[in-house]
Amino acid sequence: MERVPILKIGDILLVSIQVDMSDQTAVALQEDLAERIVATGCHGVIIDITALDIVDSFVGRMLSTIASISRVLDAETVVVGMRPAVAITLVELGLSLNGIRTALNVERGMELIAIDRADDRDEPDDDPVPEPTASP
Amino acid sequence: MTSGVDLGRPQAQTVGSDEDVVRVRQLVRTVAVAVRLSLVDQTKVVTAASELARNTLVYGGGGTVEVAAVDNGRRPGIRIVFADTGPGIADLDLALTDGYTTGGGLGLGLSGARRLVDEFDIQTAPGQGTRITITKWSR
Repeated sequence: MERVPILKIGDILLVSIQVDMSDQTAVALQEDLAERIVATGCHGVIIDITALDIVDSFVGRMLSTIASISRVLDAETVVVGMRPAVAITLVELGLSLNGIRTALNVERGMELIAIDRADDRDEPDDDPVPEPTASP
Repeated sequence: MTSGVDLGRPQAQTVGSDEDVVRVRQLVRTVAVAVRLSLVDQTKVVTAASELARNTLVYGGGGTVEVAAVDNGRRPGIRIVFADTGPGIADLDLALTDGYTTGGGLGLGLSGARRLVDEFDIQTAPGQGTRITITKWSR
């Protein structure tokens, strides 16, 4: 069985799916990612599906599950690079990809995760003595 | 022909494992390109084939898939037959309902696949296996 490589770039895990995954490979990726999130303490996961020419209900469910698992492990998932034909097909198939954040490319995905982490730090719940803000 | 596929006769693929579902997708894609389906229609028919081939494996206990280039006199197209000798489907209307599943999936395979193609025919009965034929015509 093929395995999809997971790269660590700074505080982000990057998964670029380059093969037509069998269902087993997809399930293995889910498990590998969960382990890597815990092992590295990364707070962001980017899944690049630029090379995928279809996303069926199985892979769609895998993406949703990865997003849910990541969230429980304090990491945010962004799916990037979806092809237009894939998006059209997904909608017609009836898959809404609930809970999945998307961005057009890896760069925008990284920006999204950075903004999220900044927002989290600003939340008073996480920080009992908030820094005074410059603007009202 | 550059595709390397003999369009004159159907291509068969047995479905007995996960990897075979991947092979079905690749075979369907090759024929869909050869009959000049648009990119969106290629994506739709390959996605539908992926759903149905997985059903053949998971619910039918494996089977065969046949892929053929067809022509209705006006347009070329692709026709795919998924056949298994599994338990069949007792309540077809229910099985074709969005969100209904007996296998722990999303319940979109059968209903979703039907939306993605132009023609969808299903022959099934309890104990008699399932045979699904789908067709997508080029526009």
